[in-house]
Amino acid sequence: MKISVKYDLNITCKTILKEQLDKLNIPHVLHGTGEIEIKRAISDEEMQELFNNLNAYGIYVLNDQKTALVQRIKNTINEMLEDDRLKSQKVSEYLADKLNYSYTYLSNLFSETTYTSIENFVILRKVDHAKDLMADTDLTLTEIAYRLNYSSVAHLSGQFKKITGLTPTKFQEILERRRGTRIQQTI
Amino acid sequence: MNKIPANSGKQILNVALADDDEDDRLFFQEAIEDISIRTKLSLLSDGQELMDYLNLPNIILPNLIFLDLNMPIKNGMQCLKEIRSNPKLNDVCIAIYSTSCSENDIEETFVNGANVYLNKPNNFSKLRDSIEKVLQINWQYHTSNLNRDNFLLRL
Repeated sequence: MKISVKYDLNITCKTILKEQLDKLNIPHVLHGTGEIEIKRAISDEEMQELFNNLNAYGIYVLNDQKTALVQRIKNTINEMLEDDRLKSQKVSEYLADKLNYSYTYLSNLFSETTYTSIENFVILRKVDHAKDLMADTDLTLTEIAYRLNYSSVAHLSGQFKKITGLTPTKFQEILERRRGTRIQQTI
Repeated sequence: MNKIPANSGKQILNVALADDDEDDRLFFQEAIEDISIRTKLSLLSDGQELMDYLNLPNIILPNLIFLDLNMPIKNGMQCLKEIRSNPKLNDVCIAIYSTSCSENDIEETFVNGANVYLNKPNNFSKLRDSIEKVLQINWQYHTSNLNRDNFLLRL
């Protein structure tokens, strides 16, 4: 026997969303444009469960949620690099612990959204920090390497060269000359 | 409901290239289209055209300009200096895109405010990879609070 059905996708989707949100006891209002207003604070675990359940129906939560999480990853990395007590911790463990997601999930999400890996971002951030210290302080490279938890000056210089294509000395020279030309221009 | 591609809703990176060599422009265009980062490319054929373009009213400024050094009418170095002395163009990153390997040229462009120095590679896959690397790093500067004043990259 064959029967024909006719369906209204709009109603289908709204029904699925309502069922899934009710299942997790999440009070909500469905707005017409695929936007869901959630009426209470929900934890990261609940959020992830909801996302997974919806994915099974081919419903995907849009990037803004993801962008928000990527931003939290970046913030956590910054916080970690700036806190002396945290500098010997493993980034992967700290992130997973702090943000309550598996590192694999965070890592995939990060690469997919930012075109770079978490590991690369950490290096980029550390080198950026080193640049700031070179530009704005009188610290020697040895002191900077120590402060940023590099095992040696050679390690810092090597990573610096790899990221910027320049040696730390060349970099400092360029910044100094830049300042020189700027001062000349303002005179 | 359709699956939404992973990079939908993502910002587009606006890129401009000023180069007087038509082949180089086409080559560059092909390479940048081959990269997963979404870009909108504007092509200009000399320095004056670039400056006129940047001064158009209501223009959406590029995030990143690739600038050839040897161009007729107005060369890359003049453009660089003009761009860097215009506060309206403060946030634009500049990548020098040149055949010159002279250390002196490289340092001069950095001193005058270039962010990236990219030697024109001699084959397509190298070009593609280099552009990808520049875009990736530029993207990080565009979306993270990295210090743009210290953004120097030599490829």
